[in-house]
Amino acid sequence: MSEYRKAFVDFFTSLKLTVVLLALSIVLVFWATIAQVKLGVWGVQEQFFQTFFVLQKIPGTEIPVPVFPGGYFIGGLLLINLIATHIHHFKFTWGKSGIQLTHLGLIILLLGELFTGLWQEDYSLRLDEGQTKNYSESFRDQELAIIDTTSPDYDDVVVIPDNVLAKRGEVQHPALPFRVVIREFFPNATPQTRGQAPNDVIPPVTMGFGKDFTVVPLPLTYRQDQANLSAAVVELIGPQGSLGTWLLSAHPFVRPQSFEYDGRTFALSLRHTRNYKPFSLTLLELRHDVYPGTEIPKNFSSRVRLTTPDGHEDREVLIYMNNPLRYAGLTFYQYQMDSANGYSVLQVVRNPSWLLPYISCVLMMLGLSIQFGISLFRFIAKRRAAA
Amino acid sequence: MKKVIPFIVLALGALWVASTLTTRKTSAYDLEGFGRLPVLANGRIKPLDTVARSSLLQLQGRQRVKIDEKNSIQPIEWLATIGFDSAKADTYPTFEIIHPDVLALFKLTPDDGEKRKRFSFNQLKDGVPELMRQSQLAQQLEAQQRSPFQRAVVQLHVNLNLYHELKHTFVMPDSEDFLNELLRFQSILPEGVAAIRARQQGEAYSENAFNMLISFGQRYDAMSASSGIRLIPPYEVDHGDDSHDHDGHAHNEWRTTGQALLETFSSGGIDPNALAYAGLAHAWRAQQPEQFNRIIELYGDQLHQYFAKELKKTDIEARFNSAQPFYTSMVLYMLAFVVAIASWLKWPDTLGRSAFWLTLLAFVVTTAGIATRMWLEGRPPVTNLYSSALFVGWGAVLLCIILESIFKNAVGSVAAGLIGFGTLLIAHHLSLSGDTLEMMRAVLDSNFWLATHVIIIAIGYSATFLAGFLALIYILRGLLTTSLDKATADALSRMVYGIVCFATLFSLVGTVLGGIWADQSWGRFWGWDPKENGALIIVLWNAIFLHARWGGLVRQRGLMCLAVFGNIVTGWSWFGTNLLGIGLHSYGFTEKGFWWLVSFAVSQVAIIAAAQLPLERWRSKLR
Repeated sequence: MSEYRKAFVDFFTSLKLTVVLLALSIVLVFWATIAQVKLGVWGVQEQFFQTFFVLQKIPGTEIPVPVFPGGYFIGGLLLINLIATHIHHFKFTWGKSGIQLTHLGLIILLLGELFTGLWQEDYSLRLDEGQTKNYSESFRDQELAIIDTTSPDYDDVVVIPDNVLAKRGEVQHPALPFRVVIREFFPNATPQTRGQAPNDVIPPVTMGFGKDFTVVPLPLTYRQDQANLSAAVVELIGPQGSLGTWLLSAHPFVRPQSFEYDGRTFALSLRHTRNYKPFSLTLLELRHDVYPGTEIPKNFSSRVRLTTPDGHEDREVLIYMNNPLRYAGLTFYQYQMDSANGYSVLQVVRNPSWLLPYISCVLMMLGLSIQFGISLFRFIAKRRAAA
Repeated sequence: MKKVIPFIVLALGALWVASTLTTRKTSAYDLEGFGRLPVLANGRIKPLDTVARSSLLQLQGRQRVKIDEKNSIQPIEWLATIGFDSAKADTYPTFEIIHPDVLALFKLTPDDGEKRKRFSFNQLKDGVPELMRQSQLAQQLEAQQRSPFQRAVVQLHVNLNLYHELKHTFVMPDSEDFLNELLRFQSILPEGVAAIRARQQGEAYSENAFNMLISFGQRYDAMSASSGIRLIPPYEVDHGDDSHDHDGHAHNEWRTTGQALLETFSSGGIDPNALAYAGLAHAWRAQQPEQFNRIIELYGDQLHQYFAKELKKTDIEARFNSAQPFYTSMVLYMLAFVVAIASWLKWPDTLGRSAFWLTLLAFVVTTAGIATRMWLEGRPPVTNLYSSALFVGWGAVLLCIILESIFKNAVGSVAAGLIGFGTLLIAHHLSLSGDTLEMMRAVLDSNFWLATHVIIIAIGYSATFLAGFLALIYILRGLLTTSLDKATADALSRMVYGIVCFATLFSLVGTVLGGIWADQSWGRFWGWDPKENGALIIVLWNAIFLHARWGGLVRQRGLMCLAVFGNIVTGWSWFGTNLLGIGLHSYGFTEKGFWWLVSFAVSQVAIIAAAQLPLERWRSKLR
């Protein structure tokens, strides 16, 4: 038994494993870089890095086969290899302190990336000049919102996330006097006037904008400059039978569709998932400066007012390139800007582990400097002795 | 005697460097003074001399202009000719066209061109409409999808536009005497304005004066539309860090000659700057150098009152241009390389030290060149691909000088000569796309990060390349000569190891700092962007080298092969990732570079393969 254990330990603590894993990761990273031309950066992250295996379909079929270890596989093994080796061989000496510090930094860096992958949330916040918002929107996730707008003072909202929509089926919610039956769901589709679309794939629609429009399903896009806009066909069924069937699309030109039922007013909207904040931002001014006589952008900046309902915060902030706003565990970055149409898009990121790379950077810099300094010192001493 | 030789070599080299700083007068016209006049182009104020040089590099890939079989002229003389006497400039072969199908559009063959590839505007002008049509067809495709023919067509279209722009920068090219034209414009102005007013109010007016004024207006409108080079300085000067005031008023802005002339309608008087250039054109056409020089002198004095700061920069920049420090260093690096190689065969001490001094001299000249660029730009040394080539070479040579002063075996000088020459050659080719002192895009506009992340990464490149080149020396010297003894081989191996340690430190720290910059400006530490991946691959490669050595997995020769492969890895990270044309770092798309990169990679693989010959077959006996 102990022989097996020894073989096991030897395997996970060997330098050979390190070198093999490093070589594999070079191949993976290189391959992923080339693949980015076609897949885009999101696609590459999903298919190469945030996965245990890189899958490829057998030509001519839809059957995926693992062809190469993915980021989680190689990164995980490297982490085990690193930690195991250090636990197994750990013995503090000054001569090795630099190396140990460097590897500690590396462990923190790898863990930081893992945590970031698990916990980081990205949202976008688009503000027209003068507009105030207290929510940001997901870049990619969408939701079906059923909004009860009966009361003039407040809205009651029930949301169904897109992963539930994708399963189709039925949703019953106590706040709603009807069932929601998802007849069809397309992760990416574009609206088109009925009759213009070559072959209509969607079930018949009786209510709202779907009477004049249909949608054309599109393949999922991974390009950074394009978004996947979902579409759904839902039927609402009350105790007395069907209220009708609606076509919903997350395309920005499709407005919420309202209807009356049981003396109450509702609106249906397929939209980017919203994330409400306990504070709001108002875009006061945006600037897009270029160098004189050129189109080269010199600066983008958004002047915003940050306010909280309790009145504790009420101040102006200037957000520009390389100068984000950090507030309430969130970071607001200048992301896009269209000065002609007067809007600015901020990227809103929550990343609880954002400090880890900074710590790791300091550790590794220190560790390598110590190690390098020791080698240099030894080398000089040796040459002195030789001379 | 032999002891003196290194100093004689150094003195000769220094004399030559000094001679490049002096200027030789080649013309009766004060072209030097003309070349220093400031102009606003591509977002910055620069001397006309720079406009001339960067335009020529873009048009024809070299700065000299051949005007007939024997004679050639300086860039600034060419700019004066195109600006003041464009019909003559139309006969100079300044358009480089290589693609035979593009030549066919103009019914030309390589035999019609100077050196079979350069053609004059007159040779091209009949084919321009067809070229425009082809260019429009090509532009319907995205840049990456265009065929080599289509790319050549679009490039020639861009070049013709530049030529057209330069023609309309100073005067209207179709005017025999532009000064005279402006004076007529001035004299008709009161009468013409009165005629326009009268016509608007439905009163009787002079049709002749009205029509003349309108036709002047149309001419200057066309002129203004033809050139974006802003030659005319503002009336009022604001030396704040922002060139506009809060309302962005035009009176604080540099204008093109056409815009300045159109403003005559509101100001009532012709802009004196425009008149000065028209005066220069008059003197140039009339072949009166004294008059030309007098205007330069007076105009220069006048500018000096308000633009002393700008003139100081343009003055230094024009001198910097004519001294061509990077060309000088290229020659010196080449010499150092040859002398250092020779020292392995004969007089190791004398020639070795001569090579060292030459390397040091070249390094000083490069340093001065880089420092001047930094001062002109007000930025840390690396701001674009071009300056990264300068800096990577600079860093590697610095390391070589340190190595050479420790080991004194000429290996450092050979590597310095090779890398110094190579990187400056790369820089020269990168400079062909235009002005190399570009403005920084908003995303990259952070001197702090440019001074830390970018510099550290560039030093990482320098060190990885240096390790690779030292390994090349090991392999080639061992394979092809008998001069690699065991002691030298061990010394080389130690050098490579030391440099790889250094490279690991800088690439790793530089990459992590890059991540922190990305976290600061884009909200993510790591985004798998091609350039980030490239940097990561360098770090991983260096880590493999170190772990393989520590684990005893690979011996001396194997380590050398690993280090040579590091050259490919670094080349990919530095240039290859830009070729993909995607991602946040895809500045400086270098298409021609692709084949160079591939050939470089193939040559490195060939050397690694050659190194696999059994050690008995190596000419140096390492066993």
